Amino acid sequence: MQERLKELQEEALQAVDAAADLKKLNDIRVSYLGKKGPITEVLKGMGKLSAEERPKMGALANEVRDLISSKIEEKQQALEAAAVEARLALETIDVTLPGRPVQTGNHHPLTRIVEEIEDLFIGMGYTVAEGPEVEKDYYNFEALNLPKSHPARDAQDSFYITEEILLRTQTSPVQARTMEKHGGKGPVKIICPGKVYRRDSDDATHSHQFMQIEGLVVDENIRMSDLKGTLELFAKKLFGEDREIRLRPSFFPFTEPSVEVDVSCFKCGGHGCNICKQTGWIEVLGSGMVHPNVLEMSGFDSKKYSGFAFGMGVERIAMLKYGIDDIRHFYTNDTRFIKQFKLN
Amino acid sequence: MFVSYKWLQEYVNLSGITPDELAEKITRSGIEVEGVEVLNEGLKGVVIGHVLEREQHPNADKLNKCLVDIGEENPVQIICGAPNVDKGQKVAVATVGAVLPGNFKIKKAKLRGEESNGMICSLSELGIDGKLVAKEFSEGIFVFPNDVTVGEDALEKLQRDDQILELGLTANRGDCLSMLGVAYEVAAILNREVKLPNPTVKPIAEKATDYISIKVEANEDNPLYVAKVIKNVKIAPSPLWMQGRLMAAGIRPHNNVVDITNYILLEYGQPLHAFDYDRFGSKEILVRRAKAGEKIVTLDAAERILTEDHLVITNGIEPVALAGVMGGANSEVQADTTTVLLESAYFKGETVRKASKDHGLRSEASSRFEKGVDPNRVRAAAERAAELLALYASGEVLEGEAVVDTLQIDPAVISITLEKINRVLGTDISIQEVKSIFTRLQFETSVDHETITVTVPTRRGDITIAEDLIEEVARLYGYDHLPSTLPSGSSTPGHLTAYQQKRRAVRRYLEGAGLYQALTYSLTSEEKATQFALEIREPIKLAMPMSEDRSHLRLSIIPQLLEVVKYNVARQNDRVALYEAGPVFLANGTEELPDEKERLAGAITGVWEQHQWQGEKKEVDFFVLKGILEGLFAKLGFEQKIEYRQAIVEGMHPGRTAEVYLAGEKIGFVGQLHPTLQKEYDLKETYVFELCLEAILSEEVAPLQYQSIPRYPSITRDIALVVEKEKVAGELESIIVEAGGKLLKDVHVFDLYEGEHMEPGKKSIAYSLKYFDPEKTLTDEEVTKVHDKVLTAVKEKAGAVLRG
Repeated sequence: MQERLKELQEEALQAVDAAADLKKLNDIRVSYLGKKGPITEVLKGMGKLSAEERPKMGALANEVRDLISSKIEEKQQALEAAAVEARLALETIDVTLPGRPVQTGNHHPLTRIVEEIEDLFIGMGYTVAEGPEVEKDYYNFEALNLPKSHPARDAQDSFYITEEILLRTQTSPVQARTMEKHGGKGPVKIICPGKVYRRDSDDATHSHQFMQIEGLVVDENIRMSDLKGTLELFAKKLFGEDREIRLRPSFFPFTEPSVEVDVSCFKCGGHGCNICKQTGWIEVLGSGMVHPNVLEMSGFDSKKYSGFAFGMGVERIAMLKYGIDDIRHFYTNDTRFIKQFKLN
Repeated sequence: MFVSYKWLQEYVNLSGITPDELAEKITRSGIEVEGVEVLNEGLKGVVIGHVLEREQHPNADKLNKCLVDIGEENPVQIICGAPNVDKGQKVAVATVGAVLPGNFKIKKAKLRGEESNGMICSLSELGIDGKLVAKEFSEGIFVFPNDVTVGEDALEKLQRDDQILELGLTANRGDCLSMLGVAYEVAAILNREVKLPNPTVKPIAEKATDYISIKVEANEDNPLYVAKVIKNVKIAPSPLWMQGRLMAAGIRPHNNVVDITNYILLEYGQPLHAFDYDRFGSKEILVRRAKAGEKIVTLDAAERILTEDHLVITNGIEPVALAGVMGGANSEVQADTTTVLLESAYFKGETVRKASKDHGLRSEASSRFEKGVDPNRVRAAAERAAELLALYASGEVLEGEAVVDTLQIDPAVISITLEKINRVLGTDISIQEVKSIFTRLQFETSVDHETITVTVPTRRGDITIAEDLIEEVARLYGYDHLPSTLPSGSSTPGHLTAYQQKRRAVRRYLEGAGLYQALTYSLTSEEKATQFALEIREPIKLAMPMSEDRSHLRLSIIPQLLEVVKYNVARQNDRVALYEAGPVFLANGTEELPDEKERLAGAITGVWEQHQWQGEKKEVDFFVLKGILEGLFAKLGFEQKIEYRQAIVEGMHPGRTAEVYLAGEKIGFVGQLHPTLQKEYDLKETYVFELCLEAILSEEVAPLQYQSIPRYPSITRDIALVVEKEKVAGELESIIVEAGGKLLKDVHVFDLYEGEHMEPGKKSIAYSLKYFDPEKTLTDEEVTKVHDKVLTAVKEKAGAVLRG
């Protein structure tokens, strides 16, 4: 009997070893360990054994059974692992193939600049003011200290609709309107972006429609040094921390004193290059202390209040910042152009 | 204004300061120097030569063979093509080894077999703009006066050993349209003295007033008129140095008399005019407004028809000059002129500006009058001109002058406190510093404690109020020395308005959905102005458009976007998807400003989705664009209030266009461009939308409020409904929603079938309905009850039957 069990063990283990798949293995389990299997058959002959041998044989039979069972278990795990591996091998893909595209658009570069400037000044306590693009002569010129006879205004340069109505030539009328709304009470702190129009023929550096962004602060005790400090912050934020600014006296009818602002060249750092025409400086904006006539016309007491204003051409800033060579790109809207300004 | 560095030295000591340094200082103090031109840059080896012999080149009709003394041991042979070269002339010779502009090196050469050792030069060959060369030399070489010495540097003789500062003058600094004005400015910057010319004239006994009288009928336009008479003038070229200075300043030399008037214009900033006394036509100057329709032929030979807006100088009968702009041909100084009637006057800027504009004539004179000349220089300039006419035209100056003077000269007297100066600038300047700045400017001052009173010279007409004085202080103190501070005072919260915030959100959403932002022109053609307009009014037309294409303000953005789409498609830019947010302009009659309404428009065409190696490709269609809009409305929180109604919109495909309604109000449309228009624009299927941006941004939405997450499962039932083909999905859906009541949480279409297995004229739409009760788990019976209601409703209201 003992021999028979050993034989069975040997036979079963060989079969387990040879089993190629899980089904075979299961058949082996059933045929050897099942109720009708040979081990059970052998054990049926136990009755014929002596009381001494019986437990020994029982133990041996269990040993054989356990061994076969554990070998089957082992084999099963091995087969299962192999099956998983086979499946994974089958599922392998070429990860270097391109992904499914997610298509997104983006801002126009001018919007990008405008929002950047808006956000900077919002952080400094400004709000964003807007006004009409078709404007009264009064707000576009007269309220800004440009009476009808002023040499700096020329009907040839403006798109008039009637004698009193025109396409605004600057965003400054928004300043006049906002001050008027404040009814002589400060503080006023606004930033005004918008489209403006001039009677220019379109070429690489001129556009009959373009964008400006202006800032205005009116309060008691606003000093020219405040203007300087504000513009220094602005220049560093927009053009880089290493930038310096230079103020030059200038003339605008709506400011006195007036200031033209240069930024140290952001391409060459001030050594001189083709962008800054070898001067190391780039003119970026005009500004000044609000002219007392402008304050008074908008209802502010110029003895009590003072203010500063600054303004710049958005296209110019974008052209300088991104090295764009032709202003017409902004209005042609070639997607190959707009796409280059992805990151918002 | 072109300022000669050498000439300026006559008035201000510039020692120790190079032209470039001077330019930088001027720029930093308020007048932008736009460039410094070295007149003889890249030029060398040009000397005065004397043409000893000239004969026809043996082998070339148009060439001359010249023997020229250039101050060396032997004269040299030079072949010259200029038609005016001749024996005896003193000329500019670029000798062998010389360099001319453009790095043109002069070498020994053989021209048609004849040796040439240099080149006889025209002025343009020496780098002078041909427009500035006196007429007689414009077609050939320049001939020097006989008193120049052979072998001398020809460029020096022509005043080309100089540098020119080009001033970019702002409208307020008309005072620097003169050498004297620039001298005052530079002297103030450098803190040096100004030396003024001191004309001395020895008049003859005859009196000017015996020759001419003046009557001014328009005193407001012409409050001061001075006339001098100079006799026995000999018309000739002006001295070489004067010609050189004029050319360097951008003025073409003519003859001594005209050149002297121009020279004074440059020196004093006072325009003068010289009439030929014998051609003047009378002994009386009458200054008056022109009569309507009156005519004058000006010096440029153009006939000008005048109006009552224009001021003219007349001889009592007819105009002889358009005041302050240009003289008349009838009284022009000519080669035979012997007596000069010299005008120096103060004309009102506005009057001159009007005439100059009406006649499209911007002269050196008019631009100075427009900006305002110094009334105190009118007489001095006439005196200085008389001096030069005596010196360089051998004229005899008559005693005195004829004058009409009604001009009140009140120099501005302005008081300002030190406190105010420092308060505006944010500085801590002392009263001494302020006073010294005004002294440098040669402004008279008096100081009383901390108040300074300044008398502004008449040459600085731009200074009228205290703030102007502050600017003078600031610019000479140096903007660099201003401290940097930030506004103090009450703090203000910086923010965007809700509208502005939402507008940014809309832009970001559309970009996230795949659209690029475009920016197009507001001006368009009359035809395109009203196309696709959501609201049509008479388009607004410019009074003076620059072209037909940009003559009217747009009422819709779509036509502009279609141009952009067309442009991109023509350049094979794939997936063209654009949007623009901006105003359109709705007229309110001619008196009022138009209503500016912000619109949101978009256009898409071409392939929408492409996954190349998987072979998937999806062209744009109506539902792509509609999906984008649905997403937008959902983002803004009112998708439930939106409705799409099939509509006919001009320019749009009649079967593929929907009008969009928000809470029952029409806010725009979406659909396919009409195939005819598509063809016109060379486009394939193109879909567009335009919405009232203000309507969607202003729509009130409930404030954000947390809704609890469902704790009970939902039950989904799918149904396929067979309906008449004409039945629209939107209608079925509303019926379902209404019948489903509050247990029906969601309904959506998941299939549409119109194929061969359907009865003709029918279609099948499949809906998935989701039922849910937030309070409990729904039982099958409860769902069936509601679901049956839905089925009954669609059957009764839309004739829909369940597909078997």
